[in-house]
Amino acid sequence: MAAHTSQSVAKAAGDDVENDVAARGRSRRTDSDSGNRGGSRGGKGASGLRRAVGTHWYAWAMVAPVVLVLGVIIGWPLVRGVYLSLTDANERNVSRTIGVRHIEATYEFVGLDNYVDVLSDPVFLQRLVWTVVWTVACVSITFTLGLALANMLNREFRGRAAYRMALILPWAVPGFVSVFAWRFLFNRDNGILNKILDGGGIAAIPWLDDPTWAKFSVVAVNVWLGVPFMMVALLGGLQSIPGELYEAAEMDGASAWQRFRHITLPGLRAVSMTVILLSTIWTFNMFPVIFLLTRGGPGDSTEILVTQAFREAFITSPRDFAVSATWGVLILLLLMIFALVYRRSLRKQGEVW
Amino acid sequence: MRRGIAATALVATLALAATACGGDDKDAAGGTQAGGELSGTVTWWDTSNDAEKASFQKIAEAFTAKHPKVTVKYVNVPYGDAQNKVKNAFSSGSDAPDVIRADVGWVADFASLGYLDEVPAETAKKVDAEFLSQAAASGKYEGKTYAVPQVIDTLGLFYNKKMLADAGVQPPTTLEELKTAAAAIKDKTGKAGLYLRGDDSYWFLPLIYGEGGDLVDAKNKTVTVDNPAGVKAFKTARDLVTSGAAITNATDGWNNMQTAFKTGQAAMMINGPWAVADSYAGDQFKDKANLGIAAVPAGSVKAGAPQGGHDLAVYAGSKNTAAAHAFVEYMTSQEVQVQSAKDLSLLPTRTAAYDQPDVKGSEMVQFFKPAVDKAVERAWIPENGSLFEPLKVEYTKAITGASSPEDAAKSAGVEFRKILKGWK
Repeated sequence: MAAHTSQSVAKAAGDDVENDVAARGRSRRTDSDSGNRGGSRGGKGASGLRRAVGTHWYAWAMVAPVVLVLGVIIGWPLVRGVYLSLTDANERNVSRTIGVRHIEATYEFVGLDNYVDVLSDPVFLQRLVWTVVWTVACVSITFTLGLALANMLNREFRGRAAYRMALILPWAVPGFVSVFAWRFLFNRDNGILNKILDGGGIAAIPWLDDPTWAKFSVVAVNVWLGVPFMMVALLGGLQSIPGELYEAAEMDGASAWQRFRHITLPGLRAVSMTVILLSTIWTFNMFPVIFLLTRGGPGDSTEILVTQAFREAFITSPRDFAVSATWGVLILLLLMIFALVYRRSLRKQGEVW
Repeated sequence: MRRGIAATALVATLALAATACGGDDKDAAGGTQAGGELSGTVTWWDTSNDAEKASFQKIAEAFTAKHPKVTVKYVNVPYGDAQNKVKNAFSSGSDAPDVIRADVGWVADFASLGYLDEVPAETAKKVDAEFLSQAAASGKYEGKTYAVPQVIDTLGLFYNKKMLADAGVQPPTTLEELKTAAAAIKDKTGKAGLYLRGDDSYWFLPLIYGEGGDLVDAKNKTVTVDNPAGVKAFKTARDLVTSGAAITNATDGWNNMQTAFKTGQAAMMINGPWAVADSYAGDQFKDKANLGIAAVPAGSVKAGAPQGGHDLAVYAGSKNTAAAHAFVEYMTSQEVQVQSAKDLSLLPTRTAAYDQPDVKGSEMVQFFKPAVDKAVERAWIPENGSLFEPLKVEYTKAITGASSPEDAAKSAGVEFRKILKGWK
């Protein structure tokens, strides 16, 4: 259950960022376009706004419910979460209703104490380092595999549709089902993987029992889950590259590698930058894979920032809502910084976004 | 933060939705005691395992024979998720069960949060007079009784008589003997001597008690897990695995342990009475007489196993407390306890039940009773349950070699002091 939730939330967050970024990009482009044409210097004042509302009132009215709903389901929890992280709220002092009895909240505002505590605890740095390693490993492997598969599937060959279906399958299976299936495969004593290795005369591998193998295993499962999305997105990108470019390059005697390097990669640039950003945000917060496969174990070796936040809020007792909220805010800040830096660096490279 | 909070809320909602499948207690209201007759619905969340649940469901639903107007809604909640699910349900108040089967370690926690309804004075008196004193102690918090003990248990050494006989060894009484026996077993049968559960720190307790230590000293408000006895216990755990005496896993421990023992991959395991019914289902124990049980092997100081068990408690927000308390009384009655001792080899909490022929006739009960009498009582503090999580992390690290026994003990101590604020 947790699997779904977190994924969809992560997706929502990802979509937001994308929309946001896309919207800004578009408006920038419009500005420069109009600049080029050398017209419409005015129309930016209050009268312009009034005219815009007057002309587009219908669009505003259509958008309003969405803005309202997003405000309620995202804005309010966000504000509330930030507030909680500045208090000492836990299970013992929040308000709750037990039957007819209502217990009032008694938690207090403590300022930045939680942040000081979390950041001064070496655990934060440990989790952050592994989270970054995990994200980079997952995204780079997923992207490389996705790109390779997309290139292979972009050719005409028999049974192409069947291959595409098969490769998209991991995406269609609910995340937690796949993760549980993998957990059975990875089982050291009774899992299929070790049975196969055993047949080949190789000693059983402690997939989920050894910190290094466990890290390997969670990355493998996440890659398995993530490749279909990459592949589909990149396949779409590949098909939008005009065939004439390849023909022309071939006429000029460009090798396959040169064609890939100078036509395919630049052609995929816009789409790959977007999917890498999305994939990074999802992976950074990929709760279900870690939680369901290893529960952060063995020990705490595969615990990432979000699973740690969950641990604070749900596993220890009394549940510490304030500290969990603090972890959440820190995660959000990290991702916001990442998105900003990423966009900056793209803009420097002249990417039109 | 939107992630955290939204995910939090959604996880909580989904957890509730999942459990609500079984417990639609919209009609749990009512509970009117018209003319002293109980009515309404009692929703019971039971945490017993797969081998036990059918028996408990039957017993629970038979309550209707005594109180025809009361419907019992039986919901099985897997033990591993139960503490969380119960907390989610209790704190939100909607779709909460009326009665829960709580691990003895949870009662003080739930009671301190105000979730439990005090046991009626009459029943509380009976609990004091007719139940084993150490079982009764687990249902109390700050001098008040919040839960009635249903079963009591402790850990013992389960062994495969045939495998031990084949290897020519006696059931070990100390860890040293265990290592010798394991070597002989590996030699003769090629199988492992012991399965030591590596993903749950409850199984660490016999090791620390064996060295004369304990997790905490509640009287003096002192954390003791990181003292020399604790360090020694982590060393022992590591040594059992590295010496080849024991096999272990850091995930899926329960299933792997039961599979290994039932199929003869391991000759011994440390486990409790709740595993008896499941073990009998295995190939190795088609002949029930092949299952032997002994006291947990002693460490360098003594042999010690934790006292565990389950209590039944009523939710303070239940709309039908009268029927719920009656249900608890029924489920902990002598008749029911004797029945589960007979069917599932579970140990009664009523002193008088041990005089019944069915209980006397159960070999497992006869073994575990003296073991329970000697079992180490844990500190019944609200934080009891939450100590196991950081301990698990360190125990698994020590057992898989990810950190040294000294570091594991030290980190466990640090984490414990974070939970037990103000303790030494």
